[in-house]
Amino acid sequence: MAAFRSNIFMLAFFLCGFSVFVTGDFQEELVIKPLHSGDIYASFQFRTQWDTDFLLGISHYRLFPKSLGQVISKFSVRELHISFTQGYWRTMQWGQPFLPSPPGAELWVWFQDTVTDVDLAWKELTNVLSGIFCASLNFIDSTNTVQPSASFKPLGVGNVTDQRFLRYAVLPREIVCTENLTPWKKLLPCGSKAGLAVLMKSEKLFHSSFHSQALHIRPVCKDWQCKSTSWELRQTLNVVFDLHTSGQGKREWSLFKMFSRTLTEACPLASSSKVYVDITDNPQGELFELSPATPLVSQAVVLGDGRTYSVYDLTDHATFGQTHSLNVLLRWRAAEREMLRPLLHGERYVAGYGLQTGEIHTLVYNNHPYRAFPVLLLDTVPWYLRLYIHTLTVTSKGRDNKPSYIHYQPSKDRLQPHLLEMLIQLPPNSVTEVTVQFERALLKWTEYTPDPNHGFYVGSSVISALVPSVVAMDTNNTQERPLFSSFFPCKEESTYFMRIYTEPLLVNLPTPDFSMPYNVICLTCTVVAVGYGSLYNLLTRTFQVEEPSQGLAKRLANIIRRLRGVPLLT
Amino acid sequence: KFSHLKSYFESTDSPEHFLQNTKYNAGDADVFLSTKMAAPLTLLFIVAITIRAVLFRSSLADLITERVEVVSPLNAWKRVVEGLALLDLGVSPYAGDVFHETPLMIYFFHFVIDYAEIVFMVSAVCIVFLLQFRKQKYALEGDRYPLDCLELIRTPREMLYIPLKVAMFYLLNPFTILSCVAKSTCGLNNAVIALFILSTIKGSALMSAIFLALATYQSIYPLTLFAPALLYLLQRLYIPVNWRRPSFWLFTTQYVFMYLGSLAVMVCLSFFLLNSWDFLTSVYGFILSVPDLTPNIGLFWYFFAEMFEHFRLFFICVFQINVFFYTIPLSIKLKEHPVFLIFMQIAIISIFKSYPTVGDIALYMAFLPAWNHLYRFLRNIFLVSVVLLACSALFPVLWHLWIYAGSANSNFYYAITLLFNVAQILLVSDYFYAYLRREHHLTHGLYLKRKDGSEATLVLK
Repeated sequence: MAAFRSNIFMLAFFLCGFSVFVTGDFQEELVIKPLHSGDIYASFQFRTQWDTDFLLGISHYRLFPKSLGQVISKFSVRELHISFTQGYWRTMQWGQPFLPSPPGAELWVWFQDTVTDVDLAWKELTNVLSGIFCASLNFIDSTNTVQPSASFKPLGVGNVTDQRFLRYAVLPREIVCTENLTPWKKLLPCGSKAGLAVLMKSEKLFHSSFHSQALHIRPVCKDWQCKSTSWELRQTLNVVFDLHTSGQGKREWSLFKMFSRTLTEACPLASSSKVYVDITDNPQGELFELSPATPLVSQAVVLGDGRTYSVYDLTDHATFGQTHSLNVLLRWRAAEREMLRPLLHGERYVAGYGLQTGEIHTLVYNNHPYRAFPVLLLDTVPWYLRLYIHTLTVTSKGRDNKPSYIHYQPSKDRLQPHLLEMLIQLPPNSVTEVTVQFERALLKWTEYTPDPNHGFYVGSSVISALVPSVVAMDTNNTQERPLFSSFFPCKEESTYFMRIYTEPLLVNLPTPDFSMPYNVICLTCTVVAVGYGSLYNLLTRTFQVEEPSQGLAKRLANIIRRLRGVPLLT
Repeated sequence: KFSHLKSYFESTDSPEHFLQNTKYNAGDADVFLSTKMAAPLTLLFIVAITIRAVLFRSSLADLITERVEVVSPLNAWKRVVEGLALLDLGVSPYAGDVFHETPLMIYFFHFVIDYAEIVFMVSAVCIVFLLQFRKQKYALEGDRYPLDCLELIRTPREMLYIPLKVAMFYLLNPFTILSCVAKSTCGLNNAVIALFILSTIKGSALMSAIFLALATYQSIYPLTLFAPALLYLLQRLYIPVNWRRPSFWLFTTQYVFMYLGSLAVMVCLSFFLLNSWDFLTSVYGFILSVPDLTPNIGLFWYFFAEMFEHFRLFFICVFQINVFFYTIPLSIKLKEHPVFLIFMQIAIISIFKSYPTVGDIALYMAFLPAWNHLYRFLRNIFLVSVVLLACSALFPVLWHLWIYAGSANSNFYYAITLLFNVAQILLVSDYFYAYLRREHHLTHGLYLKRKDGSEATLVLK
């Protein structure tokens, strides 16, 4: 009985403990943006914030996923950013995404400066994450890991700039599919049972032009004074649906058409749960018609531009109406207008023919009519494309444009990739072309992928820039803002941070004949043996006068003569 | 042939006088140039330099620079420029796996980068000057042979033409021209080896040791030239190769110390130039462990591209030992003939080294006119020449089919490298055979008879 009572007491203590120690906050939102190309861009963001110190080792988890909390404390992670993307974001047709990501898998991690062996921690971390996300992150090794010096600064609070604690890797070949989505959904407090996550049906999400799911962990300010930090986990999922082709020519879409589900409730654990629809281009309703109508309108500064959104607040029961479900429906009335060209845009391709050499061309467009701005270009090239840095040329408007900063780390065969980082000033309204020549290596036959003639992928170039903003940016980072506009910290009013990724490259390498190892070993060894044999022959033997051997008949006759005792024939 | 030898003997008093005469003519370059050979040699130089200068200026130069037969990862000019570019960026050239020249080389080119074309042309011409002196030795042979071998001994007139022939063979050899136009640093390594041969034959032990050390420092393999150089110098000083003689040990120790000392000085100098030992793995580790499998005319690239992973180390050891292995038996067999031993060693290196180029082949081919007295004993020179020519033509064709047209695969190119190497092996072993056979005839007479008096044939037993 006493034991039972003490158990009750303990339970009560723990319950109190939850309310005292385990504070956290969960927000979810969905932004729907009709794109100028007629496609629909849907962006989910889920933010879990927790004021705790993982490094002390805690065991009570409520909103924050335990698997990630343990990863943070075990590997002393300061920041972790991981994304899985299928498809390529077409900036020229779709504008800028809220959160950019390269095709394939991308992982970059800042470790705490207490970590002594960063490489070991990185190796173990990638293997653990590989298990958590069911992805091939275990293929990240020293041959595709780099330490960028300037392109990837920490996004959270803290002022660490020592790149020794940063690791960056891209797997451009990674295929993203349902098995990556399921573990990602399980990290949400409500799973896919309630809230916005019910919309995530994989057969719809992967039947799309672009799919990108990401996860960002970083320390952020707890309050506006920023005296203490809390951990933020942001899970984002971006999809672009091509409703032109799937909608049988009808130019209308709804949540049900996109996701084959409708919304019925918010996640009960969420402090805020909202659906935003971008109506900036449609202030009077002349372009499209949105139903059900909502009185809530929100203004936000996103990517240097002021945008207007219709807002559906899912925590409010009135939003769902009498049907107890929300199916946002948009019907186009007029043809879409021309999109403004994005201010910054990048392209990349391989030039040259044959399998011996080649040239990587990177084109960076500055479409701003009168402002020049600098960009950081980061290129990671695998070792089997041997870059010749002396062939690097940067030209803008037909003139040589010398980069003001170059960080180059040459490759080591089978050990480390090339890393090229440059700070380039882009003149206004110009195209800057960066070219560098490379040589294709012949690999060992075991180093080729199972389909060697498909080619080898080279990860996207990363272009990071502070782009001049059209409207004044909101520099007050602590103010409550929609999640999609608050990811990259903003320090100046006149510029905003932007990162774009170019296309990954597919490069063919010369291949040996894979069916030949035995033949080659035999033939080459034969040639060596011919050399050895002929020299051995000449070294060990001497010249002698050849005495003709006796004929067979004579020899037989001599045998008989010997038996008879008669003198032999000569 | 025989008649003018006779007339020569009539005109001179004794063989000794003849020897001194030739020695004088051959040994001194100035005297030699002032004689009647000067005009054709000058003409040859002008032609050779014109060809190179024209090719440097033509659009073919870029094409030649990319050829895998002409440049290897070790000596490509593009990689030298890359190394200098890395130095300019403040990155150690050995931080990456593109640059594999030695530190002294990079500092040399740091100063002469603008005059690179001239450097390569001058080095090509220099090699010819350096190779001039090799004929001396053959003049020394005359006295101890049977009389019917007179037609095996070269006449002074033949000797006189050898320098011109060597010069032609080296300067007008398409392999040399290609190598020079591609600015392959192989030409400079050849120049170092030529300097080594010159100083050895001049009898300067110190210079010989220094240049041998320099050649070893550049590419390891010339290490095997140590034995012939030592044998030659011993021969010149009339010290017999005899284990029990203290004079033999004294000189050998001296030479070893000079060699190792200058090698140590070069290595340390390299260390102080860049303040790191990285160049050791990047240069010598690269040569020995063959990590770069870029196709070339050698035997290594395809073999190790197709090798099973667990046998790789074993076969690398076997193939590298193979290059050095022949030194000992060849030195024993040819200890009386160190110059021919040098030729054999250079040929073996250029066939079996890990990254051979046509420039290496050109070096040993320049020796061939010096052995033209072996011509009558060569067994399959026609076949070998035809195969070598055909292979040289087929290299670019099959490369194009594999890399550009995509209608052939790597096996085609590989097959040609095999054939090319077999032809080289046959060529070298043929010369070796002919040399041994001539030696045999010089001691036993040219027209051998059987016991019954009929004409005999020689066989190896």
